[in-house]
Amino acid sequence: MKENDVPQDDANMLEGKFKEPCYALGDDGKYTTVGSVGWDPKNIIMQDAWDAVHEKVAVIKKRVEAGELSPIAYYMEKQLMDITVLKGYTGFFSWTVKKHLKMKNFLKLKDKKLQKYADAFNLDIQTLKNKELL
Amino acid sequence: MAINFQHHQSAHCENGVTSNLLKHYGINLSEPMIFGIGSGLFFSYLPFLKNDGIPVTSFRPLPGVIFKRATQLLGFKVKKKKFRDQDKAMTALDSLLLQDIPVGMLVGVYHLTYFPAPYRFHFNAHNLVVYAKEGNKYMISDPIMENPTSLTYNELKRVRFAKGLFPPKGHMYWADKVSENPQIKEAIIKGIKKTAKDMTAPVPIIGVKGIRYLSKQVRKYPKKLSKKRAAQYLGKIVRMQEEIGTGGAGFRFMYAAFLQEAAEVLQQDWINDMAMEMTKIGDIWRSFAVETARIVKDRSKTDDAYNQVADILLLIADREEKVFTRLKQIKL
Repeated sequence: MKENDVPQDDANMLEGKFKEPCYALGDDGKYTTVGSVGWDPKNIIMQDAWDAVHEKVAVIKKRVEAGELSPIAYYMEKQLMDITVLKGYTGFFSWTVKKHLKMKNFLKLKDKKLQKYADAFNLDIQTLKNKELL
Repeated sequence: MAINFQHHQSAHCENGVTSNLLKHYGINLSEPMIFGIGSGLFFSYLPFLKNDGIPVTSFRPLPGVIFKRATQLLGFKVKKKKFRDQDKAMTALDSLLLQDIPVGMLVGVYHLTYFPAPYRFHFNAHNLVVYAKEGNKYMISDPIMENPTSLTYNELKRVRFAKGLFPPKGHMYWADKVSENPQIKEAIIKGIKKTAKDMTAPVPIIGVKGIRYLSKQVRKYPKKLSKKRAAQYLGKIVRMQEEIGTGGAGFRFMYAAFLQEAAEVLQQDWINDMAMEMTKIGDIWRSFAVETARIVKDRSKTDDAYNQVADILLLIADREEKVFTRLKQIKL
């Protein structure tokens, strides 16, 4: 890739926080680095992966509103976690976390356990208690 | 107690941290040199290891390997430590900073406040250097950023003890003994030989053989998976290639930059030809990403489109095999 061919397709994936250095051939035939704001194929593929996440979150939100799944299931998906990540942050066993993903078990949770989930999600415990889906 | 730590941005975090730390101790090597000496170019296709239900394709060795190989070959002694207790991990860091020692560490990306949101997921092998503490704030040299940044005590603690797959557990590393006279030429030769050997290894899931194996699997995607799922499988390869530490094309260009520098240091002109061929291979990896993005965007594509990208992979495998077979012969 030549220096002038380094793509500058901005899809705001880097939010203007930095440019990604790319190695490319300069006019003198020597390698140099050029900052890139993005590249279309990569933007498309990243957007597709995020769309898949948002789709999943929307489905779970409906199931929470229907009283089947708990807000914990919602925030786990929303914050891109899985059981492994969530059990790490809370210190609970996998099967315990799985149990709390159901609304009927969630409603029986005491404050002490709820607080652990609140901490894991960086949320106020009241948000979970009110079943707010932010 | 701010030490004079020079921050340089890099394309890949582990190269960047290694290069920045070595520079601090007077070993002035570029990112491509660290990448080449540390044998950062690699390929593996792991059908038995799944992420999100999709087999893992990896364009890099395991985290920590580049740093380990590069420092070893350059005669740089390193100390490292993991922790169970979070506050002890922070105290240990503070005491090193008090001695003006910059400290490299592994962190999780998800809670890194300065990262762009689209890149924040639960990936736990990001590297950065902490080089000073001012009040409640830690000064951070994160290789992906253009400038140094900072994190509070609690923010840093949270990312050092991120959870999920391969939790970093406060892992930190720092220079113990620095070589006065690193053998750079020997290190370059060893680094190239290692990469050439790995990329031509007689193992079906590694190196060029791994790329051929992946090509065979890609042909099967539209036959055995739904249209949506097949596109996701293919997209995942490119995400591993381009998003997580700039694998595929980006790594080929970086390796080409390394070969150019190596040709000069070793005074061997033929290595420049290898650098040019590596550049062309990088361009082919880019066309693989372009074609893949087309399929992901328009899922109605048929078997032909999948066969076409599989053919690109075969072409890449053939050309990389030639380059690395030749590079295996490198001598001082």
